[in-house]
Amino acid sequence: MTAAVVERVYREHRARMLAALVRVLGDFEPAEDALQDACAMALRRWPDTVPDDPVAWLLTVARNRAIDRLRRARLAREREPVTEVAMFEPDSRLAEVGDERLSLIFTCCHPALAMEARVALTLQAVVGLTAGQIARAFLVAEATLAQRLVRAKRKIRDARISLDLPADHLLPERLAGVLAVVYLIFTQGYTAEPSGLRTEAIRLGKLVASLMPDEPEALGLVALMLLHDSRSAARHSDTGDVVLLEDQDRTRWDSAKIDEGVRLLDRALRHGSPGPYGLQAAIAALHAQAAGPDDTDWQAIAGLYAELLAVAPSPVVALNHGVAVAMAEGPAAGLALVDNIDGLERYHLLHAARADLLRRLGRHDEAAAAYRRAHELATTPADRRFLAGRLMALDAT
Amino acid sequence: MRYMLLIYNCERPAPGEPGFEEALARVNAFAAECRRRNAFVAGDPLRDESTATTVRVRDGRTLITDGPFAETHEHLGGYYILDCATLDEVLALAEICPFAADGGIEVRPLAGVPGLDHSPAVALAGE
Repeated sequence: MTAAVVERVYREHRARMLAALVRVLGDFEPAEDALQDACAMALRRWPDTVPDDPVAWLLTVARNRAIDRLRRARLAREREPVTEVAMFEPDSRLAEVGDERLSLIFTCCHPALAMEARVALTLQAVVGLTAGQIARAFLVAEATLAQRLVRAKRKIRDARISLDLPADHLLPERLAGVLAVVYLIFTQGYTAEPSGLRTEAIRLGKLVASLMPDEPEALGLVALMLLHDSRSAARHSDTGDVVLLEDQDRTRWDSAKIDEGVRLLDRALRHGSPGPYGLQAAIAALHAQAAGPDDTDWQAIAGLYAELLAVAPSPVVALNHGVAVAMAEGPAAGLALVDNIDGLERYHLLHAARADLLRRLGRHDEAAAAYRRAHELATTPADRRFLAGRLMALDAT
Repeated sequence: MRYMLLIYNCERPAPGEPGFEEALARVNAFAAECRRRNAFVAGDPLRDESTATTVRVRDGRTLITDGPFAETHEHLGGYYILDCATLDEVLALAEICPFAADGGIEVRPLAGVPGLDHSPAVALAGE
């Protein structure tokens, strides 16, 4: 009974309590230890009475435990000058610490940390996953991941990475960094089959968007993730094969997620010209709202990809632009664009897209060669099966 | 906290060479900005690796060799020591350092070691 209460309070308020303690203690590891100590104490004390404000109780106990630990550590090294320990001010009042989760997110996603450390630290400190859960989601050894987390936390402490929000002039760039971490968690969770990382990424994105309500790109990212996620049930067949967008059973799309995504996108678009996430969400929304493949507004999608190419140029965006133009204006116009793309020679989807356009132009030999190349480069079994199927269908005609 | 900025692979015209005056003005403006932010502690350019000598003592014997300690393609050209509250503050200065534009700047916090006595020889100052 008590355990359930403690667990519920911990689960619901963990990130906020950790953020407050990191802020006051200036260091992740003592903050985590202190929070664990406080929960252990709650398990012993709360059977008598659950405090009126359990969060304030836990924070006060955690802070006191942290002070105890620091005092004991200082006594153990008595000769040591107190300069390093003095950065902790025991009179900092936790009651005055508001919601520090946003600062915590910016610290976890700091550019002075390696990208993989940012992802791991955000998942642990903000989302609340264990090192084991994160390691399994990213297919790395748990010891490696634990080491990565320890190094990141020590760098934050030893190099004094800021625990504050970035200065205003740095905010756009740093926010883009935070959103990149969230989206990476989403897309990685996409390929790691059993993991719930996509759901966690959406929750995390919503947290960022709610803490920064005036940032259209945060809303745009949440909309994009919801719209992508709405199609997850239709994306693979019962046997695990890839089902292309045009062949998907649209009744299996999650209409609640589509509605929520479109609503958030509309809110983002009210802020003016959309950024990269807003544009990608707008493209996803056009797909999601089409009754069938033939009802898709490819002209509008091609236009949005052209805008995306202008604000965030990349060969993959250029490929998608080419495919959209092919749908809007015909395969010849699309192929001309696709054949001009540099830097995707080893990307199986480039060759798959070329193969498809060549097939539609009746150039079967070239199409077959492109499908074979795509098949060679594809990395997942589902992709390889799909491409082999395409090649066979081509040979049959 | 004090940080060391290690300046790598920078282009630095010698006095009298074309561009020297402009480069000097940029570097002085950077130092002035560091002082304005109360961050400047020290900073010097280093002469190139051809002037370097490395000393090792092994089994009580001193080995002196010509050249830098490690043969790498990275050339350490100078340093700054800046005093800033956070890494973010010192990174904001490193970003506007003229040497960041052609080489690269490695930023490292100075380690505080309990009991280490590196106080300057102030006693001599009174003489």
